[in-house]
Amino acid sequence: MSMHIGYDFIPPDVPGKVTGEIKYAEDYRAEGMVFARLLTSPLPAGRVLNIDASEARRMDGVVGVFTAADLPPVAPPANPALASDYITYVGQPILAVAATSEEIAETAIGRIRVEYERRPFVVDPLESLSPGGATAYPEGNALVRTREEGPDGTPVVGAQIQDIKWPREAIDAMREGREPMGAEFTNEWSFGDIETGFAEAAAIVEEPFVTIGYPHHSLESRTCMAYWENGKCYFHGSSQSQSANNAGLARMLNIDLADLVFINEATGGGFGSKIGPYPYMAITGEFSRQLNRPVQLRITREQEFYIGSARSGIQGWIKLGVKEDGKVSAVDLIIVNDGGMTGGGSGNSSAQHVTVAYQPESMRFRHISVYTNTTPRGAQRGPGQNEMSAILGPITDKAAKAVGVDRVEFRKINALTSDGFQGGSQGPVTSAFVREAIDQGERMFHWRERSAQPRGDGGKVRGLGVGIGYHGAGGRGYDGLLRMDGDGILHIHSGVGNLGTYSYAATCRVAAEVMQMPWDRCQIHRGRSDRHLPHSSGQGGSNTVFTHSRANWVAGEDMIAKMKQIAAADLGGGAEDYEIGGERVFLRDDPDTGLGYAECARRAMALGGAFSGQEYPEDINPLTQLAVRGLAGTGLIGVARDNIPGVGQPPGVVVGFIEIELDKDTGKYDILDYAAVADCGTVVHPKNFDNAMRGGAVWGVGLAALERHVYDPQNGLPANVGLYQSKPPTILDVPVDTGAAAVNIPDPQNPAGGRGIGEPTQGAACAALAAAISDALDGHLFNSAPITTDMIVNHLAGNSYSTQSLKTNTF
Amino acid sequence: MPSHDVMPNMDLYQPAVLEDALAIADRLGDRGWLVGGGQDTYGWLKDRAKTTDALIDLSGIESLRGIRQDGDTLEIGAMTTLTEVAENPLVREQFSLLAEASAIVASPQIRNIGTIGGNVSQDVRCWYYRRGLSCYRAGGNLCYADTPEGMNREHALFEGSRCVAAGASDTAPALVALNASMVIRNSGGEREVSAEDFFVGPALDILNTTVLRPGDVLTAIRLPADWRGASFHFEKVADRNVWDFSLVSIAAAFRLNGDSISEASIVCGAVQTTPRRLRNVENALRGMSKGMATAEAVSPMAAAGARALAHNGFKIPLMQNLVKRAIAA
Repeated sequence: MSMHIGYDFIPPDVPGKVTGEIKYAEDYRAEGMVFARLLTSPLPAGRVLNIDASEARRMDGVVGVFTAADLPPVAPPANPALASDYITYVGQPILAVAATSEEIAETAIGRIRVEYERRPFVVDPLESLSPGGATAYPEGNALVRTREEGPDGTPVVGAQIQDIKWPREAIDAMREGREPMGAEFTNEWSFGDIETGFAEAAAIVEEPFVTIGYPHHSLESRTCMAYWENGKCYFHGSSQSQSANNAGLARMLNIDLADLVFINEATGGGFGSKIGPYPYMAITGEFSRQLNRPVQLRITREQEFYIGSARSGIQGWIKLGVKEDGKVSAVDLIIVNDGGMTGGGSGNSSAQHVTVAYQPESMRFRHISVYTNTTPRGAQRGPGQNEMSAILGPITDKAAKAVGVDRVEFRKINALTSDGFQGGSQGPVTSAFVREAIDQGERMFHWRERSAQPRGDGGKVRGLGVGIGYHGAGGRGYDGLLRMDGDGILHIHSGVGNLGTYSYAATCRVAAEVMQMPWDRCQIHRGRSDRHLPHSSGQGGSNTVFTHSRANWVAGEDMIAKMKQIAAADLGGGAEDYEIGGERVFLRDDPDTGLGYAECARRAMALGGAFSGQEYPEDINPLTQLAVRGLAGTGLIGVARDNIPGVGQPPGVVVGFIEIELDKDTGKYDILDYAAVADCGTVVHPKNFDNAMRGGAVWGVGLAALERHVYDPQNGLPANVGLYQSKPPTILDVPVDTGAAAVNIPDPQNPAGGRGIGEPTQGAACAALAAAISDALDGHLFNSAPITTDMIVNHLAGNSYSTQSLKTNTF
Repeated sequence: MPSHDVMPNMDLYQPAVLEDALAIADRLGDRGWLVGGGQDTYGWLKDRAKTTDALIDLSGIESLRGIRQDGDTLEIGAMTTLTEVAENPLVREQFSLLAEASAIVASPQIRNIGTIGGNVSQDVRCWYYRRGLSCYRAGGNLCYADTPEGMNREHALFEGSRCVAAGASDTAPALVALNASMVIRNSGGEREVSAEDFFVGPALDILNTTVLRPGDVLTAIRLPADWRGASFHFEKVADRNVWDFSLVSIAAAFRLNGDSISEASIVCGAVQTTPRRLRNVENALRGMSKGMATAEAVSPMAAAGARALAHNGFKIPLMQNLVKRAIAA
């Protein structure tokens, strides 16, 4: 019988968030702190010729100007904290000014004269691939992995920017929705025999598609504050993660791991854009060191758009072969990613999503990610998977219809199972119960009954949609660290970031579960690295629940083993003769003979060695070693690396069902109902699970219907730098209530049973909504994400709509 | 780029009576900037896309607030918030069209602060212009939106003249439809301008969207009895259901004689810089029965003369559909 897993609780930072008492990086002040602000590029491409900051430096209150020359040089295509020789997007930071007030810093920025040299620019990847097309970097438009033989015969793997051009015929074909023959790609893989697969197909569906990238727009911008004391850097940052920042940030600041205190109590969203240290942290840290004063670099809402990363857009083409029985026999997929200035396309993840959605018998994937002079791109909630999910929703329905198979049955036929695979390497999964999720959702949503209802008369029509979201949902090999003090309080040290999902707290509950501790006698330590926090994964990729419930589990087991050893040494018998319960370790055959946890802890302190952290396992991470050394002698230490055996990727899958009513006059629709069922193993924290399911669904509406990058190809300017212009969904754009449930079958490779679920929640909703829009419009495929009001109005009016040319970044 | 996000240095005047505001506005001329709820103003200033030497904050002038019945006329103080307009019993009872329009502006938070005077005085929503680019409207010599590659999905269908920016006010079409008049004071006295004449397009004045000039203060909006208690229809289509500007809106008023239309007033928003009164539709409707048959016959006329840009062609059927619904409703 579980004590904690599967039960609700209030994470300890929730009251502070409700009352406003909790502090974000921007809320911190330090004596003598100065305010830094950024001057950013007005050009999409070029370089800095000269900076004249003399007038600004003479101003009262200005304490310093910091440029790229103050940082180690960064070679392209790495994303520099401050640009000089390579300006690659509008809004790229050029320099920072520090002053005694923000107002003075801003006035000073207005008095700095920067002389630029312009370069050609491009905002459309296909334009860049066209013969004679501009490239985002002078060196080219694509990152090409190179492999050469080294002097001793070992391969030397490298990467370089190259200029790749497609024949005009290939560009034209891609724009017209046909396979681009003769096109060059930088990544290709395949499995099975697609020619046979297509030959065996009863129906073939071939469609072009486009998904438009869009900014993360984290509500908390990435403001940082840093100061230095006795060679140590105290760094307040805004991150999804905690311990995952330390090594990279220490390297960035060229200091030892022990000389960095990274502080991140709470985070106002990251969505993939704040998994690890970001380049701009170097400005705050180094500027502070240079000035020998605390420096806060506040990032404005608009700057967060520029530097806060964005989802990559796709121009793609897909060909599906489907057998008579509904089994997908072949997939041919081409993806051209718009990688922005960082080149970070997620095409491989999109292809991985296709493998999970269809489990095809054969598949070929061809991919190229093209640099454009648009904002940096990076991971954003289900990067690659979720935008592909939005595209696949309606296309899957078309494929099912083509062979006369019900669309829900079609998804069951092709569903991922525990024996199934994911990705181009066809790697295994830990377990999967997607068919069960579809069955459960179908019943919960009353899909059959709704499908039988009339679809509405002329003005308003109903549409039904089903969609599948998927993401890998767990990692291995991280560390857990626990301490039992002399009063019998269990201290759970967590290096998990507080990105708003509360998974840090949910995974800490697993330690209490293993130790059979009441929750009110447990204390979580987190939020700043001088609280002795272990090495942890970054809080991205829906991994935390799986990864850190395992890590805390093994740390608990280590602590229990030590308790049994102490008890056996003190009370006789072997360690194996003891068990735990009621905050005691006792002889199985004589429960009255035993030690309380507090007593064990006191004995551990007396014994020293591994019992109280003077010694520790060799395989734990250096950061965990530092943390254990900091705790040594203060209690009974449980510390271990997650070496739980097992193979395969833990999958997180959500199946969403939606009903809309579409107004044919306005192109607007109401979402009448939405329900989703997750296959995420055991639900560790029900309230948290519920929040993730509903929040993800809201953002799925954003992906499918509203949010997008808009760049002007004439001048490289972004149109939607603000929150209202980027149009994330509002409370009136989504149903007040939605249904959420889980299959709740434990994953066999996690003792706590859970897998992650954050990202697929969005993918399921966007796929279902896109499918429902198509369903309401008699199966019309927009092949676009988002599908915006104007597209629907144009379609209904018989106009050609603006995405027909399949361009990212423009509409 | 303009991402300052702090207010620039400037003077701030906070007059408590209108006469003081008028005197300050007169003295400062174009160096002063009148601010009501500030929902349009602060973005301009914080982005430094526009600057001013001084803000003249009207929020402390009590006489500019409130809704009063004055004989047959309903007078709304310019500093009355949009929430107050939307919820006022007199407005709801007599001119529910305006109440509906006010209730759908932006978001509840903005309606609680934003004023009806500010809503009708706000600048156009062209993202190029608002970025501070030197376009015609900003005193330059080109338009970035009216080009084959311009990102102009939200721009105007009609009456572009060097500038194709669309007006953003949701209350403006309603006020034009209701034959409202705008009361303007300056140090020289008071004048009253019809709502239809209050708004000006780029052909007439590319630097301004209204007839207000430095020294002028919009003090009130008067609603005559012309359309009191008529049959109204207001609808706004935006991408999002809250906190968004109109893609197209429609404000319509009908006087019926039995089921036939004796008089109609139909105005579209967000299709040109000013509210677009559809006189051809109004004329065609006179004597026709109000219903779907008439709606379908007449609504194609709504977009007569429209010139679609590269990305805003959808506004044509959308406008026609909204007109159709207004007539059919």
